Amino acid sequence: MTHISLDDVHHLAQLSNLQLEGDEATRLSVDLEAILSYFEQLSEIDTSGVEPTYQVTDLQNVWRQDEVDNYGVSKDELLARAPEKEADSIKVPKVL
Amino acid sequence: MKRVSDYIGKSARDNVVQALDEAQNNQAFNAILSTTEARALERADAVDRGEITGRLAGVPFITKDNFLTFGSPTTAASTFLDNFDAPIQATAVEALEAEGAICIGKANLDAFAHGGSTENSAYGPTKNAVDQERVAGGSSGGSAVVVALGIVPFALGTDTGGSIRQPASFNGVVGFKPTYGMVSRFGVVSMASSTDTIGVLASSVEDAELVMDIMSGKDTKDMTTLPDYFSPSTIDSPLRIGVISEAMTDEVDPDVRQRTQEYCELLKAQGHSVEEVQLPILKHALAIYYIVVPAEISSNLAKYDGVRYGRRAQAETLSEMYGRSREAGFVDENKRRIMIGSYVLSSGYFDAYYLKAQKARTVLINELNKLFESYDVLVTPTAPTPAFKLGENTADPVKMYLSDIMTVPASLAGMPAISVPAGVTENNLPVGVQLIGQRRSDGVLLALAKQIEEKR
Repeated sequence: MTHISLDDVHHLAQLSNLQLEGDEATRLSVDLEAILSYFEQLSEIDTSGVEPTYQVTDLQNVWRQDEVDNYGVSKDELLARAPEKEADSIKVPKVL
Repeated sequence: MKRVSDYIGKSARDNVVQALDEAQNNQAFNAILSTTEARALERADAVDRGEITGRLAGVPFITKDNFLTFGSPTTAASTFLDNFDAPIQATAVEALEAEGAICIGKANLDAFAHGGSTENSAYGPTKNAVDQERVAGGSSGGSAVVVALGIVPFALGTDTGGSIRQPASFNGVVGFKPTYGMVSRFGVVSMASSTDTIGVLASSVEDAELVMDIMSGKDTKDMTTLPDYFSPSTIDSPLRIGVISEAMTDEVDPDVRQRTQEYCELLKAQGHSVEEVQLPILKHALAIYYIVVPAEISSNLAKYDGVRYGRRAQAETLSEMYGRSREAGFVDENKRRIMIGSYVLSSGYFDAYYLKAQKARTVLINELNKLFESYDVLVTPTAPTPAFKLGENTADPVKMYLSDIMTVPASLAGMPAISVPAGVTENNLPVGVQLIGQRRSDGVLLALAKQIEEKR
């Protein structure tokens, strides 16, 4: 049985950019522990000498010309969807 | 239910008005998140004036709300995107519109398509079309219900691990997931890039085939699309069909097994050979899937950070803004999957989980390929049970995942699969049977399903 402590949950939340609230971390530790424990069965599968599969298309190196295509969408249309902007830029809170 | 042919040659405006009325009359099911009335009527009038023609001229349809479309917000059933006005439309939607089809609205789903019951929608669950105390299935639950209720003849869905097929089976409609790469995913909210596919839920196989024919083909905006190989086909000689015995054990609902056996009898009656076959790795398919897919989810959903679009939470610093926006914008299941993904990809666990799962995925694909050396089509029930009760599985994520056991193998292998209605249980709940084919055998799979549909 995989054990997931509250510290583990907070570490994963940090890696995932999630600022958990209330008793969420406690609930998540129970859920994540159950899910990760379910994965233990994979040790029953013999994968010695087997290559991993990352994609299933058989396609390799699909190239295109290095030309800009804005897909018919202007800069202004995209900027209009930003929560906050100033002049021609997207505005965000201070970094530190 | 409605067929595409019910709408052809009629007033497009009448078609659209009727569909919008039906949408209004069936609000209790919570299957539709928004309608695109103004734009739909405008397009209908253009069809009626003869300015837009095509194989689907004036035929209304609905897309799952993770396809970018004009005319109403694209939310992915999350609050993150509750006001997101798409600047482009998905290639698949553009292809249907080019043939005269008219999108009238957006269907409910599990937020970001994470789930198997549509209970993870930020806007409340969709009710099953047959029994409102039961789930619609998911994640394309809304799409299945709008077809089952006859609001539209077909709806678009996405299928990453069963999200078209399982709700199709729960609501008694046809659900088709194509070979990975057959349809462009450009303009669709990504979930797990190595298994995401776009397909259709329809009242008949014939309509599903037409819609797939229109949507299929290479798109320079999606580098994973295959050159167009698809065309509607017919069955000219008997096929070799294998029923996966690991999918017919005592753990599967007896009525579901019985309906599957009966479907096999129909296959035999058409001259096909039907034999039991073994897929020993089936019992591990979920464990493989629920490592690979969350890993990809944790990467794909990193872009939802409140910076460029969507809801932004107020905060003093940038990192706090990220954390609070994501905390508020994601539902519990989104967070579970993102954190599982972060776990299996983090150093120290990568080899034991992610790499192991990707190797096991190869073993699964090899087992399937081996079967396809001797068989043309494989058969399983689409889901181990009929639609379960609302709330029945929400407290136990692993139990909820078990609903995907039959559908994840084709997804991990990039193979096409279809769920077809196969009757009902003792309690009148729909049962679906799944047919799986080798990659790029989409035409044969649909032709076989069509042959049996005509004989039912």
